[in-house]
Amino acid sequence: MQDMVNVYLMGKKYVVPSNLTIMGAMEYSGYQLVRGCGCRCGFCGACATIYRIKGERELKVCLACQTQVQDNMYVATLPFFPLIKQVYDIEKVKPEQAVMMQLYPEIYSCIGCNACTKACPQGLNVMQYIAYAQRGDFKKCAEESFDCVMCGICSSRCPAGITHPQVALLSRRLTGKYLAPKSEHLENRVKEINNGDFKELIEGLMGKPISELKELYNTRVIEK
Amino acid sequence: MYTQEMLDSIKKVEATRSSRIGVEPRRMDADEKDNLLREFHPDYIVSQFTELKMGPNKGEKVPLELAAALQAHSRIKASDVDLSNPDYDVDVLVIGGGGAGSSAAIMAHEGGANVMIVTKLRHGDANTMMAEGGIQAADKPNDSPAIHYLDAMGGGHFKNVPELLEKLVCEGPDAVKWLNDLGVLFDKEPDGTMITTHGGGTSRKRMHAAKDYTGAEIMRVLRDEVINRGIPVVDFTSAVEIILDENGKAAGAVLMNMETHDLLVAKAKTVIIATGGAGRMHYQGFPTSNHYGATADGLVLAYRVGAPLLYAYTLQYHPTGVAYPSQIYGALVTEKVRSIGAMLVNSEGEAFMHPLETRDVAAASIIRECKARHKGVDIPGGGYGIWLDTPMIEMIHGEGTIEKRIPAMLRMYLKYDIDMRKVPILIYPTLHYQNGGIKIAADGMSDVENLYVAGEAVGGIHGENRLMGNSLLDVIVFGRNAGVSAAAKAKKTTVGALTLDHIAKFDKELADAGIVTDKVSPILLPRYTHGNPRYEAK
Repeated sequence: MQDMVNVYLMGKKYVVPSNLTIMGAMEYSGYQLVRGCGCRCGFCGACATIYRIKGERELKVCLACQTQVQDNMYVATLPFFPLIKQVYDIEKVKPEQAVMMQLYPEIYSCIGCNACTKACPQGLNVMQYIAYAQRGDFKKCAEESFDCVMCGICSSRCPAGITHPQVALLSRRLTGKYLAPKSEHLENRVKEINNGDFKELIEGLMGKPISELKELYNTRVIEK
Repeated sequence: MYTQEMLDSIKKVEATRSSRIGVEPRRMDADEKDNLLREFHPDYIVSQFTELKMGPNKGEKVPLELAAALQAHSRIKASDVDLSNPDYDVDVLVIGGGGAGSSAAIMAHEGGANVMIVTKLRHGDANTMMAEGGIQAADKPNDSPAIHYLDAMGGGHFKNVPELLEKLVCEGPDAVKWLNDLGVLFDKEPDGTMITTHGGGTSRKRMHAAKDYTGAEIMRVLRDEVINRGIPVVDFTSAVEIILDENGKAAGAVLMNMETHDLLVAKAKTVIIATGGAGRMHYQGFPTSNHYGATADGLVLAYRVGAPLLYAYTLQYHPTGVAYPSQIYGALVTEKVRSIGAMLVNSEGEAFMHPLETRDVAAASIIRECKARHKGVDIPGGGYGIWLDTPMIEMIHGEGTIEKRIPAMLRMYLKYDIDMRKVPILIYPTLHYQNGGIKIAADGMSDVENLYVAGEAVGGIHGENRLMGNSLLDVIVFGRNAGVSAAAKAKKTTVGALTLDHIAKFDKELADAGIVTDKVSPILLPRYTHGNPRYEAK
């Protein structure tokens, strides 16, 4: 006999096998999910979920696809949250502190409550990366926020109305485009290809019979 | 978290670990690989395939589940919608909001087209988001597009369409540069040199990465760029039928709101199918590493309007899906784990193969080790797994490497109290990629005029087996390519009267072929009930 637990999906009680994830428990209970289900592997942020264990005071957060059910778990899913996304032209913005003041001035209203960090299902130091963004230290903000899946739970808990994932994304794009070191070998290779430097080599291969290609492939040198 | 049997086996793995460090297991030769594939790769199990009885690929073999979806009825009748009064009227309609669809939309927009994206779930709910390990591009001094070409050709059993593969490898570096210039944060040395590693079957280290969130990093940047450009995205809306015009050219699609089930008509001068893969078809009962909506929709849409498929019989089973714990069964364990040093080890602690054989060979070898040689580790509830010896990574590259290079993997397992820095993890092949798909020409157009295809829905680029990192590359190269081509073609196109006559015609062909079915397609979403007897009985 399977080990069963009680879960309360949006407050309604269901009895489900204890080895399921929250997402699995919803499906076992008969939900055919359309909202709140994306990659099912912890990368897309579609299944942001808030729960409380009966008798405990603390509200907990998680991704429903990555979290096993517990007995007496009260579950509310957050399939959508109205985040602010400002539009900008990546070719025109500059990696300067002023850009944050202009696009996301609410980050300067942070009261330091740290609710965002406590809410992050990825375990990121969200308040810290917002602090880096405030100072215009985009590189550090990018690094600290890198594993963000943009589920938006942090923003749902923020008394200052900050849209943390978008602030982080802007910081990462500014870092990637303007602050990270340039890759000379990449630029060179693109020029060489545009110059037609490899045309003959490739066309030579394309014209070869498969028997010759096989020989070339089976005897090619593999970099250590 | 591990069972006693697993813990006992781990002792054997630990006992051989130090002697395995620095020793590269022998690679198989061509004959060994051929024999192994024939005997153990799922693509070669004859009973799992059937011949198509009608349509452009009549007489060719495809997986049973795909045949059932291709040879099914439409979800709609032509009379269900009013084609004379479209809800949307655009130059370029992109179906699918993943990496290929978003790249296509950006380039179509760049080309001056009025472009719109429809996507079944949210924008970015796609296999691109879940691609972990990296993206290939031959941009190092010791590498060249020609070497990349040969690697991919050999990995694909020499079945790759040469013109498509040429495009993939020659436009690879420019694709990576484009992403870099959009602000994608690639892993780099302080001097700007891209940090690159091997993938299975590569002869040069050309795997570029953004930790093990490579696809997620690319997808969130592309999505941001689509929004910044003001390209309309209609989410939670799937395409259920392609619309043709009176001259047989693609001219739009019938859309369905996934929540209200309302039908809408989108008219377009050109259409791009970028609907992705098919993991949620669960071919041969395999679990999958794919996102929730990967149900081969694009193949069904294209087939019904007469576009032929190419290599639809070949699927990729990623060698390292999660075998245990059950909560994440089938989830992807990135190949990068092997790229940076972890070996595949059986229950006796033996490294039974080179860890970086191509994916088809590696998957078949793991299946053989379990099924024929009985050296898998039993999983409670059925099935078996092989050890991926992750602690080797930090013995080779130093403490902290796992957290820095593969944080998503570490995080996924830590949620189940498995610390891969200290103990190995159990893996088994998982359904990962649709090697075949819709046949296209080098400009991205299918055999139906004005119907373009990009990304995983395309067949032919990768032959019968794709190399790691060539899919992220493919969605960018062929996504951009389709966007450019479709925008240019739209300028020269005048749409004739719209029609859905092909639905009745297809139904007649089904009847003529003797196919009696109550199935409708595309499938759109899988249904899971996790063994609940209430639903299983029905």
